[in-house]
Amino acid sequence: MQILKGHVWKVGQDVDTDLIIAARYLNQSDPTYLAKHCLEDVFPKLNEKIKKGDILVAGKNFGCGSSREHAPVAIKHAGFSCVVAENYARIFYRNAINIGLPVIVSPETVKMSAAGDRLEVDPIKGIIRNITTEQTYQSETLPPFMMEILEKGGLIPYVSEKVKADV
Amino acid sequence: MGMTITEKILAEHAGLKEVAAGQLINARLDLVFANDITGPMAIKEFEKIGVKSVFDQSKVLMIPDHFAPAKDIPSAQQCLEIKRFAAEQKLVHYYEVGRCGIEHCFIPEQGLVVPGDVVIGADSHTCTYGALGAFSTGVGSTDLAVGMAQGEIWFRVPENIKIILHGKPKNRWVSGKDYILAIIGKIGVDGAQYKTIEFAGEAIDDLSVDARMTMTNMAIEAGAKNGIIAPDDKTISYVKERAKKQWRIYESDEDAVYEKIIEIDVTDLQPQVAFPHLPSNTKPVSEATGVKIDQAVIGSCTNGRWEDLVEAAEIIKGHKIHPEVRAIVIPGTQDIYLRAVKEGLVETFIEAGAVVSTPTCGPCLGGYMGILAKGERAVSTTNRNFVGRMGHPQSEVYLSGPAVAAASAILGRIGIPEEVAQCKY
Repeated sequence: MQILKGHVWKVGQDVDTDLIIAARYLNQSDPTYLAKHCLEDVFPKLNEKIKKGDILVAGKNFGCGSSREHAPVAIKHAGFSCVVAENYARIFYRNAINIGLPVIVSPETVKMSAAGDRLEVDPIKGIIRNITTEQTYQSETLPPFMMEILEKGGLIPYVSEKVKADV
Repeated sequence: MGMTITEKILAEHAGLKEVAAGQLINARLDLVFANDITGPMAIKEFEKIGVKSVFDQSKVLMIPDHFAPAKDIPSAQQCLEIKRFAAEQKLVHYYEVGRCGIEHCFIPEQGLVVPGDVVIGADSHTCTYGALGAFSTGVGSTDLAVGMAQGEIWFRVPENIKIILHGKPKNRWVSGKDYILAIIGKIGVDGAQYKTIEFAGEAIDDLSVDARMTMTNMAIEAGAKNGIIAPDDKTISYVKERAKKQWRIYESDEDAVYEKIIEIDVTDLQPQVAFPHLPSNTKPVSEATGVKIDQAVIGSCTNGRWEDLVEAAEIIKGHKIHPEVRAIVIPGTQDIYLRAVKEGLVETFIEAGAVVSTPTCGPCLGGYMGILAKGERAVSTTNRNFVGRMGHPQSEVYLSGPAVAAASAILGRIGIPEEVAQCKY
């Protein structure tokens, strides 16, 4: 998996999945439609301002609430290359990895990065470089099988490969 | 080393003698289900896996409840997608509008989940069934797709937190919702992140199965993977009337390992209200009586069961809904609705000036059937009060149990149930 590079968009703690993608948009599941409304009550017109590869930095318990996979799908398709948070709500965390969105746990990065900072993230090694502040942080890496899911691009490619191998 | 109920269920479903917190396992699934919001995405992912059919047609369930009866054309399309999939896959358990209800009210009511089961549902409130002594947890659509294809899924065995509730509340209106709101207020919205909450104690023993479901339903609001309550005679008699399959009772060993044990005395607990915008912003109702409301919602997978309606009707009977308030009552299932018609509850609600809706998740997640305008406030027996949860991002939701919601509907502001007796209308 390549090194992810982008500018920081910062949100606070306990950001719930209703805020990531409001239920009023859940009557459809098209990723482009969801991306258009990603975090719209926090960053109006995010989809017009975001640059592909930008990085979402969040406080504790990111993605709490509903199990809607629409939330990580919206984040991924809005153009964010990954999320760096203090920690995550469990369903969101699983969903993100399952759809191939890297989710990194790094309280230091969250504490020491400001909106607009440029980050470089190596999701495999768990290394985060803040180019703006010239700081480097080491995060915990994923267990090997979860890393494999992420590298395959998500749970479906990972499982379908195994299904084909069994046939 | 002893194991907890959750560990025993997971071990049995993983084909292991024992498991411990932190262990990664593959567990067999007894029920896998999705709704009209999460189903279409799960079906799309399922079709990419490369298997032709679901692992077991009697263990995969689809239910239209969130935006059903369909609120608009895209929602109708989503309902149609799960209906078509159920037909193509010959699923035993597909339930059309008019023959179902809100999933977490309907599934236990119909005996489709029993003690000892492992259940995943593409809905975060799937943790409800822990009240029956099952391991159940919410997942996303992709995990659900894999569950439908393979009949098993990986789990990290969660750490256990035991919450023991002592005493008998002096306030007769204090029930499961007040306990769980008080607990979330104490431990926070991430207080049980990734963990199991095992509820125990005299106050839990005294609760009905309906009220226990209200508690395990909101375990997710503390970040928990599952909530669980050891089955007792009440559980068994609930299950006996309904079960469509064999059940198995597990109990935690005396030397089971808990990361933390929290003890709370509920004797002096008041009815609780969670202020915007987190379920953990709880206060006793006496500190909320200045909050004027525009809407009261009584229903949802948290509080749309029979007892909840009975509690609300008892307070509303003989009174009128405040002139400036919309009161919306939503029975959780068709069976509950019918009973409410037969036993006069619907008449009580309508005579008071409330509307009674067909079962749906509707307003709880800002779907339809009671959306809030900018600046409006609702008291609601639902489970979340996040920004924009019930409508406009500048609206507000205050969470409570049915008694407080009913009293508030009459008083026009958040109210204490006892205040209604002095109310002249």
